[in-house]
Amino acid sequence: MNHSKAKIIRIITGWVSGALFGSGMIISGMVDPNKVIAFLDIFGDWDPSLAFVMGGALLVFTPIYHLIIKKRKKAVNGDLFTWTSNTSVDGTLISGAVIFGAGWGLAGFCPGPAMASIGGGSNIILAFTLSMIVGMVHANQYLAGRLPLPIVGYRKNICAITSEVAAGSTTTPSTSK
Amino acid sequence: MEFTIPWASLFGGMLLGLSAALLMLFSGKVAGISGVIGGLLNPQKHESSWRAAFLTGMILSLLIVTPLGFALPDISDKNILLVSFAGLLVGFGTRLGNGCTSGHGIVGMGRFSKRSIYATSAFMVTAITVVLIRRLLGEL
Repeated sequence: MNHSKAKIIRIITGWVSGALFGSGMIISGMVDPNKVIAFLDIFGDWDPSLAFVMGGALLVFTPIYHLIIKKRKKAVNGDLFTWTSNTSVDGTLISGAVIFGAGWGLAGFCPGPAMASIGGGSNIILAFTLSMIVGMVHANQYLAGRLPLPIVGYRKNICAITSEVAAGSTTTPSTSK
Repeated sequence: MEFTIPWASLFGGMLLGLSAALLMLFSGKVAGISGVIGGLLNPQKHESSWRAAFLTGMILSLLIVTPLGFALPDISDKNILLVSFAGLLVGFGTRLGNGCTSGHGIVGMGRFSKRSIYATSAFMVTAITVVLIRRLLGEL
């Protein structure tokens, strides 16, 4: 497959998947922070319905991945699959997940629902999205070894951060400070 | 109390799974929203246009589902300062932990990735704990 065709497929797939993803977020109720908090409130008045969101997603994704995608060397457009070979569970992964969980539990928003809700005209969503981007810039700078954090200081083993399984192929440039 | 299956949540979730599978099958990319946004902040060659296209699709999806009778909830009662603080945590944490509910929770878990299973457990437990603490403090 030639280069420009690969690019066109990449972009069209992006649009279609993005539209499906956003629709899924709205239809499933993930965009409702009250519902998210009720789902997380397992010791209180628990609303389990959002468990069906992850359940439904895995029900579709898991068989397609294991029966079709995993058997291929490349994607349909010829691109390589962008998951990582990194399998180590380290402190960076867990502390990041814990910080994310704290923010998610506090307000009931995660990145996907916020993106799908931008068109709704809410200043709450706008504030969340802008703050989230600022948080991401800080993390990217820290991971690149350019920003010291309280207590931990500068990040040392910069090379350990490579393109990653879960969040996409974002690579942190492993250049010097 | 009787339990009914939340069909909308199940169907919406299946759309998320379908979206992630299509994106990976056709162009090899991971449908992790924090990764999609984070990658645009650190642009690499061949890695920006599909991300921009994906986010365009997400933002415009409201136009697709509104005629079908789905609407966004009213969230105007939320405390904007608290939400902004939460946004900082979510942005920082998802980049540090390399993924959020979609990247780790759907794609990573679907691939049986050890890192994603640990990360998903960690953010679920933390979020549940934060909600519990707020409940005990009496909904600040």
